[in-house]
Amino acid sequence: MAMIEIRDVSKWYGAFQVLKDCTTKVEKGEVVVVCGPSGSGKSTLIKTVNGLEAFQKGEILVNGIPVHDPRTNLSKLRAGVGMVFQHFELFPHLTVRQNLALAQVKVLKRAKDEADARGVRYLERVGLAAHADKFPGQLSGGQQQRVAIARALSMDPICMLFDEPTSALDPEMINEVLDVMVELAKEGMTMMVVTHEMGFARKVAHRVIFMDHGQIVEDAAKDDFFGTPRSDRAQQFLAKILHH
Amino acid sequence: MNYNWNWGVFFQQTPDGDAFYWEWIVSGLLWTLAVSAAAWLIALVLGSVIGVIRTTERTWLVRLGNAWVELFRNIPLLVQMFLWYFVIPEFIPPLKGWMTSTEPIYAQFLAAVLCLGLFTSARIAEQVRAGIQSLPRGQRMAGRALGLSEVQVYRHVLLPMAFRIVIPPLTSETMNLIKNSSIALTIGLMELTFRSREMGEYTFNFFEAFSAATIIYIAIAMTANRVMAWVERRAAVPGYIAGGGR
Repeated sequence: MAMIEIRDVSKWYGAFQVLKDCTTKVEKGEVVVVCGPSGSGKSTLIKTVNGLEAFQKGEILVNGIPVHDPRTNLSKLRAGVGMVFQHFELFPHLTVRQNLALAQVKVLKRAKDEADARGVRYLERVGLAAHADKFPGQLSGGQQQRVAIARALSMDPICMLFDEPTSALDPEMINEVLDVMVELAKEGMTMMVVTHEMGFARKVAHRVIFMDHGQIVEDAAKDDFFGTPRSDRAQQFLAKILHH
Repeated sequence: MNYNWNWGVFFQQTPDGDAFYWEWIVSGLLWTLAVSAAAWLIALVLGSVIGVIRTTERTWLVRLGNAWVELFRNIPLLVQMFLWYFVIPEFIPPLKGWMTSTEPIYAQFLAAVLCLGLFTSARIAEQVRAGIQSLPRGQRMAGRALGLSEVQVYRHVLLPMAFRIVIPPLTSETMNLIKNSSIALTIGLMELTFRSREMGEYTFNFFEAFSAATIIYIAIAMTANRVMAWVERRAAVPGYIAGGGR
């Protein structure tokens, strides 16, 4: 059974179709990179996986649990699916430590001490234990995004979704975030990553999905994708982002 | 201007002979504070609830909240005061019965508190809504993505920031509420403005009476302002720049 299974998913905003019959899957332990020009629907697609964006047609199963089924407890499902956002979305009024503990305590019902200890452990992993008592506003963008990854990890997720995790960062901070992600990928975390970082894709992705106008145009193993993408559109896209 | 100020008037006996004029002013001040405090509590609680439901995705709740705000914002405060005191009790017999049997000042107090509380709640609801909507959309998503319920997202993620953002407009709403409470003199509530006018009419020392009222209103409003400024400083988030720039 695939970790994430997306079948014929379509979504409309009014008359405008943002997703057109998208079908793909992410196997357990697989790293799948989703790329494509802006407006291609990639961010929308990744947000349908944990039900943050509703969709009108199709099915999505996460670890066998149907996201599209209204009887599914979406909060419970989301608690097990880590998500990292473009703008970090740490909670500004809480310290780093509190950011990491909040959902562990409120959703997973862990004891405060346990949640705190676990949070600090993940902070150490992303190299930020010294900043546990700072507020998000006192950290750099790269540090904030690493805290956001630690926050997601402290929920013991079965898979991780990354929605353009480095596109809001200053160039010199991109690598510190990518390093954490590469390490995660090497440990066997199941990851679906929307990104333009083709270096990251080359290094750790198993498959690359290319989207355009709401459609999955290309869904290929990494080597095939970077070797000879079949669609003209994907070739043009790659030519544009790789040669500058 | 040729006017002989007579500040000693405050220490003269009132016609009933059972009090000094300064006691009237103090008693008026206490009623002003009581009405303002009670109305403020109602306004803050109801305003927060109505503000929150207007930011949910449930259409009927949003409509209810919008209707609430339109209703209380679009009728003049003075008319609302008369409605609460003279008209609405006619439709609620038990309320009418209580209002005619109790001391008039309690009936006036209730009407004034309801009127000012609900009127101000509409204004606070508008500010709370704006505060919540000024937060990045991703904050709500991040809360939901962690598995927090909708209520938990409001309680732990959205409202703590939204309230911090709305402290300055909430301050001016608080000051408005205190000043608006003087409208209650029109239904006979013996609050500060009522007592000042009454004292002026008895003594013809209007200047002294209203000077006292003016100074007291300024002092209350400034105190409220300082308290809110203190709350704002206490609640400030280190490193957070309002607006966030995105």
